[in-house]
Amino acid sequence: MGAYCSAIVLAPLIGALIAGLFGRQIGRAGAHTAAIGGVAVSTALSLIVFKQIVIDGAPAYNAAWYEWAQAGSLQFSLGFLIDRLSATMMAVVSFVSLMVHIYTIGYMADDPGYQRFFSYIALFTFSMLMLVMSNNFLQLFFGWEAVGLVSYLLIGFWFKKPTAIYASLKAFLANRVGDFGFLLGIALILAYFGTLDYHEVFANARHVAGATITVWHGRPWPVVTLICLLLFVGAMGKSAQMPLHVWLPDSMEGPTPISALIHAATMVTAGIFMVARMSPLYELSDTALNVVMTIGALTAFLMGLLGLVQNDIKRVIAYSTLSQLGYMTVALGASAYGVAIFHLVTHAFFKALLFLAAGSVIIGLHHEQDMRHMGGLYKYMPVTWITSLIGALALMGFPGLAGFYSKDAIIEAVHASALPAAHWAYLAVLFGVFFTALYSFRLFFMVFHGRERLEPHAREHLHESPAVVTVPLLLLALPSVVAGYVMAPAVFSGDFFAGAIVVNESHDAMHRIAEEFHGSGAMLLHGLTAAPTWLALAGVAVAWVFYLRRPEWPALLARRLSLLYWALLNKYGFDGFNEIVFAGGARASGQLLWRAGDRGVIDGLAVNGSARAVGWLARQVRRVQSGYLYHYAFVMILGMLLLLVYFTHGLGRW
Amino acid sequence: MPLLSLLIWLPILGGVWVGVAGTRARDVRAVRADSLVISAVTFLLSLVLWAHFDPARGDMQFVERHDWIPAFDIYYHLGIDGIALPLILLTTLSTVLVVLAGWVVITDRVAHYMAAFLILEGAMIGVFAARDVILFYVFWEAMLIPMFLIIGIWGGRRRVYAALKFFLYTFLGSVFMLVGLLYLYAKAGTFDLAQLQNARPGLLAQQWLFLAFLLAFAVKVPMWPVHTWLPDAHVEAPTGGSVILAAIMLKMGAYGFLRFSLPILPDACRAFAVPMMLLSLIAIVYIGFVALVQQDMKKLIAYSSISHMGFVTLGFFLIFPTPAHGGYGNMELLGLSGALVQMISHGFVSGALFLCVGVLYDRMHSREIRDYGGVANTMPAFASLMTLFAMANCGLPGTSGFVGEFMVILAAMHAGFWYSLIAALTLILGAAYTLWMLKRVVFGAISNDRVAALSDIGLREGFVLGVLAILVLGLGVWPAPLTHAMQASLEALVAQISPVQVALP
Repeated sequence: MGAYCSAIVLAPLIGALIAGLFGRQIGRAGAHTAAIGGVAVSTALSLIVFKQIVIDGAPAYNAAWYEWAQAGSLQFSLGFLIDRLSATMMAVVSFVSLMVHIYTIGYMADDPGYQRFFSYIALFTFSMLMLVMSNNFLQLFFGWEAVGLVSYLLIGFWFKKPTAIYASLKAFLANRVGDFGFLLGIALILAYFGTLDYHEVFANARHVAGATITVWHGRPWPVVTLICLLLFVGAMGKSAQMPLHVWLPDSMEGPTPISALIHAATMVTAGIFMVARMSPLYELSDTALNVVMTIGALTAFLMGLLGLVQNDIKRVIAYSTLSQLGYMTVALGASAYGVAIFHLVTHAFFKALLFLAAGSVIIGLHHEQDMRHMGGLYKYMPVTWITSLIGALALMGFPGLAGFYSKDAIIEAVHASALPAAHWAYLAVLFGVFFTALYSFRLFFMVFHGRERLEPHAREHLHESPAVVTVPLLLLALPSVVAGYVMAPAVFSGDFFAGAIVVNESHDAMHRIAEEFHGSGAMLLHGLTAAPTWLALAGVAVAWVFYLRRPEWPALLARRLSLLYWALLNKYGFDGFNEIVFAGGARASGQLLWRAGDRGVIDGLAVNGSARAVGWLARQVRRVQSGYLYHYAFVMILGMLLLLVYFTHGLGRW
Repeated sequence: MPLLSLLIWLPILGGVWVGVAGTRARDVRAVRADSLVISAVTFLLSLVLWAHFDPARGDMQFVERHDWIPAFDIYYHLGIDGIALPLILLTTLSTVLVVLAGWVVITDRVAHYMAAFLILEGAMIGVFAARDVILFYVFWEAMLIPMFLIIGIWGGRRRVYAALKFFLYTFLGSVFMLVGLLYLYAKAGTFDLAQLQNARPGLLAQQWLFLAFLLAFAVKVPMWPVHTWLPDAHVEAPTGGSVILAAIMLKMGAYGFLRFSLPILPDACRAFAVPMMLLSLIAIVYIGFVALVQQDMKKLIAYSSISHMGFVTLGFFLIFPTPAHGGYGNMELLGLSGALVQMISHGFVSGALFLCVGVLYDRMHSREIRDYGGVANTMPAFASLMTLFAMANCGLPGTSGFVGEFMVILAAMHAGFWYSLIAALTLILGAAYTLWMLKRVVFGAISNDRVAALSDIGLREGFVLGVLAILVLGLGVWPAPLTHAMQASLEALVAQISPVQVALP
C-alpha cells in the first residue's frame, strides 16, 4: 500500500514537471500525454485502493512517508492515512480530474498556454491528493495551501485580462484569511496535543476535551471549541462559506475546465472533507457544530438566491456551487458527516458535468458566456443538451438521480438534529430546494430553449463539440444518474465511512436516517410524495413560466421588488464592503504608518533630528572658536577664577 | 588543515590581489574570471567543511587557537557548530551568485567591485567562526568598510546619504557593544566566548550589557524602530550589495543574539523577553502594512525583509515565557529551529527577489512598480521564477519561506494565543504586499513599449536564479538535513539558557 500511495501522488507531479519544464521541447501532444498519463496512473491505482479498502473492507493504512523536519523530540513527518473516507475522496478526485484533463484537450486546443495549463492541472491533482491522503496536519496544510496556489495560478491563467488577475489575487487573499485561522487551529492542536499526527490527536481528544483557554478578559473557552472554530475558518475560506465566499464567483474568470475541476468538484470541497476528517474533534463541541450549521444554512439559502439574477452562464453555476457547499456544511453541522461526503461526491459528478456542458456551449458560441445571447441551442448541440438536462435534474434533486438521495438525506438530517441552530437551518435547506430548481432551469431554458438570441458571429460556426468534449460529458452523466442509487444503502446504513468518521451518541441524526431507510427504491417512491420534490417541481414550473411562457414577467417582478433586486445584483454588498473597509483600510494604515511613523517620527525626529541636533550643537560650539585672542583670554581667566573658588572654599565642604 | 582560516583568508587575500592586480592589468574579463574562481573555490571548501562536520556534536568543531595578543589574553581562536555552519554555507554560496550577478552589469571599476565582495565574504565568515570576542569585533567592524564602499561607489543617486546612514547607524550600535565587551573582560578576565558563557554576571549587570548589545544587534537585524537605514541602503545599493545585505549581513544581528545575548546574558534575556517579543511582533505587522504601500520594488522587498526578520527575533525570545498551556518539552527548540531556518530561508528568498529586481533594473533602469506591467508576456521564464520566489516570500508550504514561519507561529502558541495570532497575520499581509506587487509588475497586458522590448533572462541570470529556486524548493520540501545539523548545537544552547539561581547584583 505504501508503494501505491507514493505512486498515486508522484505520478501527477512528474507529469506536471514534464509538461511544465519541458513543454516547449515536447510540444502540445507531449505535454498532454505526460499530464494525462500521470493522472491516469493515479486514477487506476486509486480505484484499486478504493476496491480494496471500501468494497473489500481491507483495514485502514496509516504510515509515515518521510521525516520532514525535527525540533528536539518533536518530529514532523509526512505520511498517508488511507481509510474509507480518503479512499473515496481519492477515487472521486482522480476520476473527475482525469475527465477534465481529457476535456481540456478540446477546450484549450487554440490556447497558446496549452502546456502550462496541463502542467497546472496535473500539479493540482498532486496537491489535492496530498491533501486528502494526509495522516497529519502539516501535510494537510501543505495540500491546503498548494491547491490554493494552483487555484491562484489558474484563475489568473489568462494573465493579460485585468479581471482575471484581479480575481486571482482576491481568491488568494480570501483563502489566506481562512488559512490564517486554520494555521492557528493547527498551532493550538500542537500546543495541547504535542503532536500533529491525526491518530494521536484523535486518540487523545477526550483528554483535552475538558481543558479551557482564556483568550479574552478572563472568560475561559473550551479548547476544543476554539480549535474547531479556527479550523472551520479555514474551511470557510476554501469551501467558500459566507463571509469568505467572495472569491468563488470571481474565480469564473479562469478557463472552464478549472471551474469544473477546482471550483466545483474538488478543491472547494476540501473544507467539507477536512471537517468530516476532524469529526472526532467536532463531536466534542456543540458550539462549533451550531456555528457550522448556521454558516452553512446562510450560505445555502442566500447564495442560491443570487443565482437567480446572474446572466453569465458560469456565474449562475458558481452561485449554485456556493449554495450546494452550504448544504454540505449544514450536514456537517448536523453531525451527518457521511451524508455531507455523499453530497460532495454526487455534487462532484453533476456539477463537473454542468460546468463542462457550459464550457461546451461557450466554445460552441465562440466564447459567448452571456445567457441573454443564447437560446434554442438544443437543436444544434444535442449531446450537450441532454447531458445538461441530466445535470440540472440531478442538481435539483429529481427523484432517483444522484442529487436526490444526498440532498434529501441532508434535509432529513437537519430535521432530526437536536441542535438549536437546526430549527431555522431546516427551513433554509428546505426552501433552498425551490430556488435550486428555479435557477437551474432558468439556466437550462435560457440556454437551450426559447427564442434564439444569438449574436451573428456566434451563429456562424455553431455545432456540437468534438468527442474529447462530449465523451467526458457522457462519462460524467452516468454517475450523475446512478451514484446516488448505488451509494445510498451503504452510506445510510452507516458502514460506508466506518472507522473514519466518529459520531457522538447525542448527535444521532444519522441513526434516524438509517432507521427510516428501507432501500434506494423505497426512498425513491417515498420521495415522489415528499415536500422537497414538490418544491423542486414548483421551481421548474416557475422557471418554465418566467423564461419560456411569459419572458416579460421577470423584469416586471424585478421592478416590483426593486430593493430586493438591487441587493441581489450587488451580491448583498460584500464586495463593496471588503474593497472599502479591508483593502482600503489596509492601504490607509500602510500610508499612515509609513508617512507618520517611519518618515515622520523615526527618520524625521529621531534619526535626521539627532543628526540636525548634532549639527546645531556643532554650530553653537563653533562660535566659541572665534579666533579672537581676547575671547580665549577671557575664558581662561573665568576658568581660573572658578578653580580658585573651588579650591579655596569648596574643597572639603562640598 | 586549518579549514576555517582558509575560508576566511582565501577570499580576503584573493580579494586584495584582484583589487591590486586588476587595477593594473585592466583586463576586465580576467578580473571576473579570477573572482569567480576564488569565490567558487571558497564555496567548494565550505562544502568540504560541511562534509566533515559531525551533526551529532553540540560543541565547537574545526577549532583553531593561536596566540595573538598574549598580553591581553587575546587569541586567534576559531571554531564552528551547527548554528554557524549553515550561515557559512549561505555566505560562500551567495558570494558566488553575486559575482555572477555582477558579471557584465558592473562596468565601472570592476576589480574594486569584485575585491570588495571577496573581502566582505572573508570578514563575514570570520564573524561566524570567531570564538574570541576581540577577533569577532574586528571582523564585525571590518564588514562595514567594504559594504560602505559598495553602496557609496556603485550605488544609486542618493548613495552618499544611504551609505552614511548605514555606516553611522551600525557603527553607533557596535560602539556600545565594544563597551559591553570591555566591561565583560574587566569582570570575567577573558575574551574567550566559551568562558564568558560561564561567567554569568549579576542580573543588573546582565541587563545593562543586554541593552548595550541590543543596540548593536537590533540595528543589524534590523528590529523596529531602528530599521530605517535598511530601505535606504537597499534602494541605493547595487544589486549585489542588496543581495549580500539581505542574505547575510542582516543575519549578523541575529547571530549576535545567538552567540552573546542568549548564552552570556540568559537572565537578562528572560527579563526582557516580553518587550523583545512585542518589538518583533510590531516589526511583523507594522512593517507589513508599510510594505503594502511602497511604490519602489526594492523598498518593498526591503520592508518585507524587516518583517520576515521579525520571526527570527520572535523565535529567539519565545523560549522564555512560561508555557501558557498544558505544555510539553521542546517548544523552545521549535522556536529556535524555526528562527534559524528562517534566517537561511530569508537569505535565499530575499536574495532571489533582489536579484529579480536587479534583472528588471538592468533592462529598464527603473525600480518603480508603475513603470512595469505585463512582464510575463515578454519574459515568461523570468516570470515563472519570480512567481516562485514571491510565493516563497508569502510563506507558501513547499517553499523554504514556510518552514521557519510555520515553526515560529506554532511555538508562539505555546507562549500565548495572541502572540501566535499576531504573528500569523503575516499570512495575510505577506501575501497582500507580495502578490499585489507581482500582479502589477509581472501580470497584465504589456503596459508600455519598454516592457514590450524586454528580453527574457539569459543563461547566466537563469543559472543564478535557478540555483536559488532549487534551494528554495529543496529546503521547503525537505528541511530535515538543516534542522538535523543544528539540533545538537541548539540543544546545547537551550541547556546554557536554562535558569539558574541568579546572584543579586
